[in-house]
Amino acid sequence: MLKLILNRVLIAIPTLLIVSLFVFALQHALPGDPFLVMAGEERDPESIARLRAIYRLDDPIVVQYFAWLGQVVQGEFGRSLRTGEPVLGLILQKLPVTLQLAAASMIVALGIGLPAGIIAAVRKGTSVDYAASAVALSGLSIPNFWLGIVMILVFAVELRWLPASGYVPFFSDPIGAIETLIMPAFVLGTGLAAFIMRHTRSAMLEVLRSDYVRTARAKGLDESVVINKHALRNALIPVITLSTILFGELLAGAVLTEQVFTIPGFGKLIVDAVFNRDYGVVQGVVLCTAIGFILMNLVADLLYILVNPRLRGR
Amino acid sequence: MTRPKLTSTMAACALALGVVVALPTGAAAQTSTLRIGLQEDPDMLDPHRARTFVGRIVFKGLCDKLFDASPDLQLVPRLATEWSFSADGLTATIKLRAGVKFHDGTAFDATAAKANLERARTLPESLRRSELATIDGVDVVDPLTIAIKLKQRDATLLSQLADRAGMMLSPATFGGDVGARPVCTGPYRFVERVQNDRIVLDKFADHWEAANYSFDRIIYRSIPDTTVRLANLRSGELDMLERLAATDVKSAQADRSLRVLFTPGLGYQGMTLNHANGDLANTPFGKDKRVRQAFSWAIDRAVINQVVFENTHPPTVQAFPPSSPYYRKDLVVPPRDVAKARALLREAGVTAPLKLEMMITNNPVDAQLGQVVQAMVQEAGFDVSLRSMEFASQLRDQQQGKFQLSRVGWSGRIDPDGNIHPFWTSRGGQNDGKYSNPTIDKLLTDARAVYDQAERKKLYDEAQTIAQDEIPVLYLYNQPWFYATSARISGFQLHPDGMIRLGGLKRQ
Amino acid sequence: MATAASPASGPDLLAPKQSRVWGKLSRSRAAWIGGSIVGAFVVMALLAPLLAPFDPNKTNFLLIRKPPSALYWLGTDELGRDILSRLFYGARASLMAGVVSVGIAVCVGVPVGLAAGWYGGWLDIVVSRITEALLACPFLILAIAFAAILGPSLSNAMIAIGLSAIPIFIRLARGQAISVKAEDYIEGARAVGVRDSVILVRHLAPNTLPPILVQSTLFMAQAIILEASLSFLGLGQQPPQASWGAMLNTAKNFMEQAPWMSVSPGIAICLVVIGFNILGDGLRDALDPKEA
Repeated sequence: MLKLILNRVLIAIPTLLIVSLFVFALQHALPGDPFLVMAGEERDPESIARLRAIYRLDDPIVVQYFAWLGQVVQGEFGRSLRTGEPVLGLILQKLPVTLQLAAASMIVALGIGLPAGIIAAVRKGTSVDYAASAVALSGLSIPNFWLGIVMILVFAVELRWLPASGYVPFFSDPIGAIETLIMPAFVLGTGLAAFIMRHTRSAMLEVLRSDYVRTARAKGLDESVVINKHALRNALIPVITLSTILFGELLAGAVLTEQVFTIPGFGKLIVDAVFNRDYGVVQGVVLCTAIGFILMNLVADLLYILVNPRLRGR
Repeated sequence: MTRPKLTSTMAACALALGVVVALPTGAAAQTSTLRIGLQEDPDMLDPHRARTFVGRIVFKGLCDKLFDASPDLQLVPRLATEWSFSADGLTATIKLRAGVKFHDGTAFDATAAKANLERARTLPESLRRSELATIDGVDVVDPLTIAIKLKQRDATLLSQLADRAGMMLSPATFGGDVGARPVCTGPYRFVERVQNDRIVLDKFADHWEAANYSFDRIIYRSIPDTTVRLANLRSGELDMLERLAATDVKSAQADRSLRVLFTPGLGYQGMTLNHANGDLANTPFGKDKRVRQAFSWAIDRAVINQVVFENTHPPTVQAFPPSSPYYRKDLVVPPRDVAKARALLREAGVTAPLKLEMMITNNPVDAQLGQVVQAMVQEAGFDVSLRSMEFASQLRDQQQGKFQLSRVGWSGRIDPDGNIHPFWTSRGGQNDGKYSNPTIDKLLTDARAVYDQAERKKLYDEAQTIAQDEIPVLYLYNQPWFYATSARISGFQLHPDGMIRLGGLKRQ
Repeated sequence: MATAASPASGPDLLAPKQSRVWGKLSRSRAAWIGGSIVGAFVVMALLAPLLAPFDPNKTNFLLIRKPPSALYWLGTDELGRDILSRLFYGARASLMAGVVSVGIAVCVGVPVGLAAGWYGGWLDIVVSRITEALLACPFLILAIAFAAILGPSLSNAMIAIGLSAIPIFIRLARGQAISVKAEDYIEGARAVGVRDSVILVRHLAPNTLPPILVQSTLFMAQAIILEASLSFLGLGQQPPQASWGAMLNTAKNFMEQAPWMSVSPGIAICLVVIGFNILGDGLRDALDPKEA
């Protein structure tokens, strides 16, 4: 297993290099330069030219890339062109926000997706199956930004049950945190529930068809015992894997939800940075989420091996 | 995870939901905190390097400046108490307020003022350099007096010092990270900033006007979506917001827990036209003023106001706002005249329909405005296609001449020069359409050296008369500033500059 | 994904399998329900010029934001245009967004993935690394960046969505190619000198097609949502043309003043996305050889 981890870490290095190169190229392909955007209406060509020179934006892209890479290797991520704040500081500031939201969303997604998937598999082909699918799918089929705004208008403005926006750290004020998390986590979680449901359903179906469950049934075990004890445990393996990967994707995937609920996480940071051509910030955050994604994939693999003893020997 | 665990997780979720719903929410804010919703996240909080409009709103709390402008755009004292020009107009002598302290406890005096002006005009990253370009040097006359020496007469200088160029930072902090932790003399001092989320300021007890500021803490939150921003005000997460959407004005006015305030802005909204920048200018539209006149006649500015802005954005045909002493009352907005527009097109020898492309910014309001204009001018013989651009790309294309018409505006400056000089003069920094007229160049450059308001107005009036005929920039409407506050907030002073002045604001 | 085919190859073996699939498909209620929802919207999009009672882009400044009435069944929008007509025309844009972006992703992703999986070696290593890197980049951010580079328009949004979905299809096709390659009968066929192109057409394609078809159907739903998301950021369909996403984005500013502006595009998106998903699930059940 140690070998696997080591192997993966080694493989991750070229992957991250490609990510950074790709994002770098992509950003510089964006029309407009950061100072032109940020100057907005107050642009004055001389100042912009001077700033470009100061920040070495006129150097060839390759030179700029290696300069950036050289700094990153030394742990220096540069500063935001827009606000002058250190990129690493920004990342550390936003990471807990994003992790908290991602965790809450996964709870919602699993809370809806798992039971729906299990029920749909056990009652395959019946109207219960379709109803469960429809429930799980409904979250996926409504654009996040729209659902978010509707929820704010209903639950925050009309009913005043929940705060409309913001971020409260869970460990400093758990109740406040849950209040602010309910709506965004619901919006994001329902969107993911369909994936969880689908995987749970097909994994359950596969397990239910396996010899192993057939044997259990043949032994005359009660159906609920078969499902709970034998089928579910095995069916959950791929679901856990999927959840881990989805969690990794959530790190930067909550862009619009963060925008609507004004949650200061990675998503909002990165979209603003893209639109403002704040190169260093985009670069740093994408690198960070890519690491998160790769890490989560590794965790998924490790979990897979852990819960699946047959694979342990490999 | 097995079934029982799963059910218990779900039960916990349901329980949590129940608990939360049962709890009273939203009322947790302390009474002495004022929470303001901004449309964008400000940029660097270093007044010499800052660029954005929202940044200026935050500076209003954080940094005092030498002067301010009254709502009718006359200079009023802040850190400067008296000022005068020498007879030749080349030296401005400014007396400074006594007993003013920076947030770090150091005293503000003439040496500090000089250091700030020097930083603003020499720091390589400074964006104030062009604003202060006419300054030759700054002398400390006595501990509370400075003399600014000018290379040439400059009537715009003092109004620049009524904005970011006149903001004073503690010179002791110049070596540090000014943008991240600004130390000024304003009524509130910097506490923390969470980028894209909030900027927190606390009351500065030693401020020279501290009694006038009743809130202990100010929190600026950036919430870009107008619908969401208003929702946050209505749900009690904010106490006030800036830039209420025109379409939300009615519903906000109907809400008795809110108060809607507005005032005409300093700037204008209109269209930048390509006269001579690159190949795309090679159209009768860029070359022949009659075609531009026809376009203007074909637009019903009143209908734009009604359809897009619910009658909240007054139409205009000039660059100066009604609050400005330089505003020309005689330039009334003419009614639409399609027949006249067609006649002008014929006269110019244009075979209709004339194909044109109009660049708009990719937001719903601009889209709506663009479509309204498109439909109107079509009747006069213009076939306008819309090209929607992300703002960054729009600016780039505009600078490079890759446009024919571009829908942009200008938030406006206190001094008239700021609203037209950069746009109309041949070498103006914002003259993206490369409009050029030697008479206009001369008038506007001469006006910069005239200190007497009445004399100066004559020059601007003359330039405006030419512009009415030639249409260097097409003006559509004045952008008012809309604010919504909780009904419990009172004492807000409206100002055409769109800033939020924290003095006098109270919660009942 | 294992097939039940015997080592010997031949078209005769494919025929019964295919007919079995069709049989299952026709019996699958999910496929039918999903298919008919999607079908209905496709018909709506195709017949938009016939169905729409008004010109979808014709503005009427006297009829701004009017609620549904006998003349304007779904009301009018912020420029006095008929929402029903825009909904029909918007169906074209939104379905196109799904079809074109999936088309791009499949056309690029599948051949690359198959080649990488089939030939292995350096090609596979390089493709895998790049794919993994692309997958590690946040999907929506990629789409936003592409859309911003290309400029905001529906076609560019489709390209952006398609480009950012390529790695998903590469990975899928590669996996299929590897698993098929490992089958005994393929190894046998290669050993006796059957040409690669023959193997590709006879074995690889039929085995790879079903999962890709399923993934395409499901991704179409996602692409429609993504077009709406890009519209929210101003990077989707541009005025005066309609797409459901663009309609919804404008409507959100009038959520309280004119709720009917949100309702119809919202329901349309919701229905068609559910439709594609149910169809995809139905296809999966029917095409999955493991299901007896």
